[in-house]
Amino acid sequence: MTPVTTVSGRAYPWGAKNIDTDVIIPAHWLKTITRTGLGRGAFETVRAQPGNIFDDSRYAGSPILIAGDNFGCGSSREHAAWALADMGITAVIAPSFSDIFSGNAFKNGIVPVVLPQEAIDRLLEVAQDQIVTVDLETMTVTTPFQDRFTFELDAFRRQCLMEGLDEVGLTLARDTQISKFEEAVASNRPWTTVESGYASIGVEGSRRT
Amino acid sequence: MATPQTLYEKIWAAHVVERRDDGTCLIYIDRHLVHEVTSPQAFEGLRVAGRKVRRPDLTLAVPDHNLPTTARKDAAGRVLPIADPESAQQLDALRRNTSEFGIDYIDAMAIEQGIVHVVGPEQGFTLPGTTLVCGDSHTSAHGALGALAFGIGTSEVEHVLATQTLLLSQAKTMEVRVDGELGFGVSPKDVILAIIGKIGAAGGTGHVIEFTGSVIRNMSIEGRLTIANMSIEAGARAGLIAPDDTTFAYLKGRPMAPTGKNWDKAVTWWRSLGTDPGARYDKSVTLDAADIAPGLTWGTSPEDVVPITGFVPEPSSFADPAKQAAAQKSLDYMGLTAGTAMRDVPIQHVFIGSCTNSRIEDLRAAAAIADGRHVATGVRALVVPGSGLVKRQAEAEGLDRIFITAGFEWREPGCSMCLAMNPDKVPAGERCASTSNRNFVGRQGPGARTHLVSPAMAAAAAVTGKLSDVRELMGERA
Repeated sequence: MTPVTTVSGRAYPWGAKNIDTDVIIPAHWLKTITRTGLGRGAFETVRAQPGNIFDDSRYAGSPILIAGDNFGCGSSREHAAWALADMGITAVIAPSFSDIFSGNAFKNGIVPVVLPQEAIDRLLEVAQDQIVTVDLETMTVTTPFQDRFTFELDAFRRQCLMEGLDEVGLTLARDTQISKFEEAVASNRPWTTVESGYASIGVEGSRRT
Repeated sequence: MATPQTLYEKIWAAHVVERRDDGTCLIYIDRHLVHEVTSPQAFEGLRVAGRKVRRPDLTLAVPDHNLPTTARKDAAGRVLPIADPESAQQLDALRRNTSEFGIDYIDAMAIEQGIVHVVGPEQGFTLPGTTLVCGDSHTSAHGALGALAFGIGTSEVEHVLATQTLLLSQAKTMEVRVDGELGFGVSPKDVILAIIGKIGAAGGTGHVIEFTGSVIRNMSIEGRLTIANMSIEAGARAGLIAPDDTTFAYLKGRPMAPTGKNWDKAVTWWRSLGTDPGARYDKSVTLDAADIAPGLTWGTSPEDVVPITGFVPEPSSFADPAKQAAAQKSLDYMGLTAGTAMRDVPIQHVFIGSCTNSRIEDLRAAAAIADGRHVATGVRALVVPGSGLVKRQAEAEGLDRIFITAGFEWREPGCSMCLAMNPDKVPAGERCASTSNRNFVGRQGPGARTHLVSPAMAAAAAVTGKLSDVRELMGERA
């Protein structure tokens, strides 16, 4: 993963609430078996409307998206993060994110920045014609007007973003600890072993009518 | 005496491999369900890095999202090809990947095939006190059996395949208590819609919900699965229900459940998992069953809930200006006017299915309304069982005949019209009463308008041609 330390540039001043992952990338785009090229399907239903923010030439290619509460709610599809990354978005600023989307964003070098609604309102105004800067060193969002909003990130996730770390590789290095845990479980909770495979069975339910 | 703990805290503690200095934990994953949509890139990642699957024995794969729900074999028993080449490619990738990495795979043609969240509990793959993940947000469903179950992205699917762990921060806890007696015609779907309507689509974000109270206790596992399934629609990555005798009776004898001495040991441990008296939740919400009526959604967020006796709300009735704007947009999209009685809204489509409501009890509830009636003119109604085993059971009870005689289409199992990845879609501008879980813009097809309802309410809409109060149709039989 490419390391991210700062994201600076124009921002889509959107502000919409409860943007779900079906809006970010509709399901028919999910038939791909690769991670690339999904920018074409990003915000398809929004872009179908004339005058939408994503086809406004002022914001074309912006690396930042400013949104409302509960961004990325709904499906777990990482395609949403891949689509944003493919559009060139590397930071999303919102008052809150869905837990799953937030995790997916981190793993794809997209910074989910949580700021209070007042800060979002101010950024939506500034971003109409000015750039916005997200800095992971100082953990701030700044504007050319001396606005300065601080945000928080989980320390480990921040490190992964800034160093472009491979999380699977890091965890594989804990193999001894994982094996030890598995041995303990095998004796303490032996029923967690899968004893036999799937099979046909009656599914009567609990209440016969 | 030890500090009282919640169910969530007990399961969490039992799965910590390692705690890091910053408080995040490496959590062991006991069960991993895999389907065709969110796994190809994960397997590709393993292949590129030369990594293998750590515990194929704890992993189970089944196709569901892309599969057409029309007949899968012709009259001569020959397997029919899948028309959409991209769907076919994704389904083929799952077959090849599971074979290459040695993972148990339920073929599309097997009677055990079904929606991954129907199959897991049905096979006894899902167990209380386990950690269970799947690259699908409705994995929260498995919490109905007391498993800590949540949806993950594809990078996490790859992480679990390679390491059988995830690096996670402990969530906050939220209790949602529903006490009292459910009224006539009120189903588990109505309960979860009422909960989401009360706490909002982001009300559970950052939390794991534990559903408690007499209504949940008295509910069957099928009903509990409907409740836990939609935890994610309230923003909670996972929903939990403490395992009890209902849970054990449901699981005993299932193909992948423990047997003999292991079963006995398991039950002893499972009984100890319930939240201790005096344990504290970070948030608590209580609902009185008496306040819950058969409900449905009017807008494009699952929090947009009204009782069937209610009206399309005025956007100005919401306090939050952002919600007012969202409500107006929803009404425009839904083609609804504020003040309209929900019962006056005509529909053109009915979908009975999805991981929320496609189990045998759901089909029975819908069939009870459909029996002796007929789908209204101009309405297309689909019934899509959650698995081949559910379908077989329903056919043994004659439910298929009831549906077919009433003019419903009786389909093969899969995700179908819940998310419009396969050919089952609602055309633009048309309206669907759906037993699924999401009424998002474009969810059931571009421009499709979705009203989330219970199976009985969906059947009522099918036979009347409009959103209807199922109690009136039940009343006729009383």
